[in-house]
Amino acid sequence: MSRSSASRGRGSQILGSLSCTLMDQAKGWGSCFAALILLSAPAHGEAVVADLTSHLIAITTGFTGASVVLFGAIDGPGDVAVVARGPDREITVRQKSRIAGIWVNSREMTFANVPSFYFVAASRPLDEIISPATAAFYRLGVGNLQLKREGAVPPQVGDEFVTALVRQQQRARLFPDSVSKVDFVGERLFRTTIEFPSNVPVGTYLVQVFLIRDKDVVGGQTTPLVVSKVGIGADVFGLAGRRPALYGAIAVLTAMVAGWLASLPFRSA
Amino acid sequence: MDIYLPIAEVSVDVFVLLGLGGAVGFLTGVFGVGGGFLVTPLLIFIGVPPTVAVASSANQLVGASVSGVLVHWRRGNVDFKMGYVLLVGGLAGSAFGVWLFTLLKRLGQIELTISLCYVVLLGTLGTLMMVESVYAQLRRHRPGVRRRKLHQHNWMHGLPLKARFRRSKLYISTLLPIGLGFVVGVFSAILGVGGGFIMVPAMIYMLGMPTAVVPGTSLLQIIFVAANVTLLQAYTNRTVDAVLALVLLVGGVIGARIGSRFGTRLRGDQLRLLLALMVLAVAAKLAFDLTVHPADPYSIVVDKT
Repeated sequence: MSRSSASRGRGSQILGSLSCTLMDQAKGWGSCFAALILLSAPAHGEAVVADLTSHLIAITTGFTGASVVLFGAIDGPGDVAVVARGPDREITVRQKSRIAGIWVNSREMTFANVPSFYFVAASRPLDEIISPATAAFYRLGVGNLQLKREGAVPPQVGDEFVTALVRQQQRARLFPDSVSKVDFVGERLFRTTIEFPSNVPVGTYLVQVFLIRDKDVVGGQTTPLVVSKVGIGADVFGLAGRRPALYGAIAVLTAMVAGWLASLPFRSA
Repeated sequence: MDIYLPIAEVSVDVFVLLGLGGAVGFLTGVFGVGGGFLVTPLLIFIGVPPTVAVASSANQLVGASVSGVLVHWRRGNVDFKMGYVLLVGGLAGSAFGVWLFTLLKRLGQIELTISLCYVVLLGTLGTLMMVESVYAQLRRHRPGVRRRKLHQHNWMHGLPLKARFRRSKLYISTLLPIGLGFVVGVFSAILGVGGGFIMVPAMIYMLGMPTAVVPGTSLLQIIFVAANVTLLQAYTNRTVDAVLALVLLVGGVIGARIGSRFGTRLRGDQLRLLLALMVLAVAAKLAFDLTVHPADPYSIVVDKT
């Protein structure tokens, strides 16, 4: 019990630094990132230092997905868990049931804070290195996402919807099927690879590294990662968002010109 | 080779898209149906979000029908007067359709309503066409049978406001094409497709237009309907992926040219038989989807980011 409350105390510091990143993402995360290192890890004397091979995933026209390597070191014995999550989204899950021989959407449930992308890795199976309460507190693992349910639905029914949501996200490769491996190189150095599919949502991601000892989180660090569209794709996306009427008109005209061009060679034929 | 679609936010193989566009373009060329009923489910199947699929296929439809109309026009197979009269009804119908759509959505189960409408409508049309074209085939092979009249006269010819449609060799009330345009407009607003599927059989059987003139004239009015849908979707839902539409178009125009060449080689009754088979196939597929146990009874929709 006492350990659990202690971990919560440290947790609030780590989480505090998370919200710092979220608030400052528009202003540039460089300074915030520096503050994070100062704030989170050394406060406990249990240090974990980690970084990504890249802090930007650029979605270009030929984008087919990307992988980013997270590497780091710990200053003493322990296990490491890594979580990467995309910005939260509101998602509605609908359930079909059979009415008079026809399948009809009958029930639905909305979740307010579903991570648009979720990745988890650990140096050993999660249940061996961390207590269920602590894992739930830090949202470690697909089963611990603490999804906010909207509307009144009985708990058992709600669980079915959560399972369905996770299954759908896994099918879209936005949630992992299993916990990935954090590999140790020697006693102190570790690394893991985060794979992003081609349909990865844009936004500011948070990559959290947890140092775990005696089934409890004793240190941590948070690193931001930006997923962004660049090039022509970004221009098209930007125009569609800022000037929708103009974009629509251009889309129609382009299609008309393309259709006209395509019919041209018939004259010579 | 993969290409990233900026609005759909997924990568898809360019050649898959080109092939899909080509196949649909072929149908457009042969029958003068836009193929929206086919593009949308296929796009969803390869991973494009449904809302983007609906809106972008309307966009590609604009281009495909422009090129189709131009090809048919060079052969003299477009009845512009008929097209414009249909359009008057079509615009009014789509406005009413949008209103009806909002109403149905508020009442819930809009998707079910759509599917059921489709099954009943296409099933009936398909069966009628099938029976008619089979009879026509049989008649052809029997020598000595008298040539049929151009079309049968019935109550529709008693309606007022008659006008001459020279290209279609018709002297009928303008209320008929306006009414037809209206009905098709309502359906295209609700179903999110060009409506060629309803328009083409109706032009042949209701108005009695010569089969050769039907595809070009149908496509003429689809241009405007699809352009309208694209603008509305881009403005209200921001779901038009112009890159996706353009890639589909490139495949589509190639398919449409092959299709329209193929279409002119077919006799009118063969064309109708093929169309009937296709209409029935779509109806059967929709009916099947409604009754078969879904692979996953749950589906998710992203509401907000």
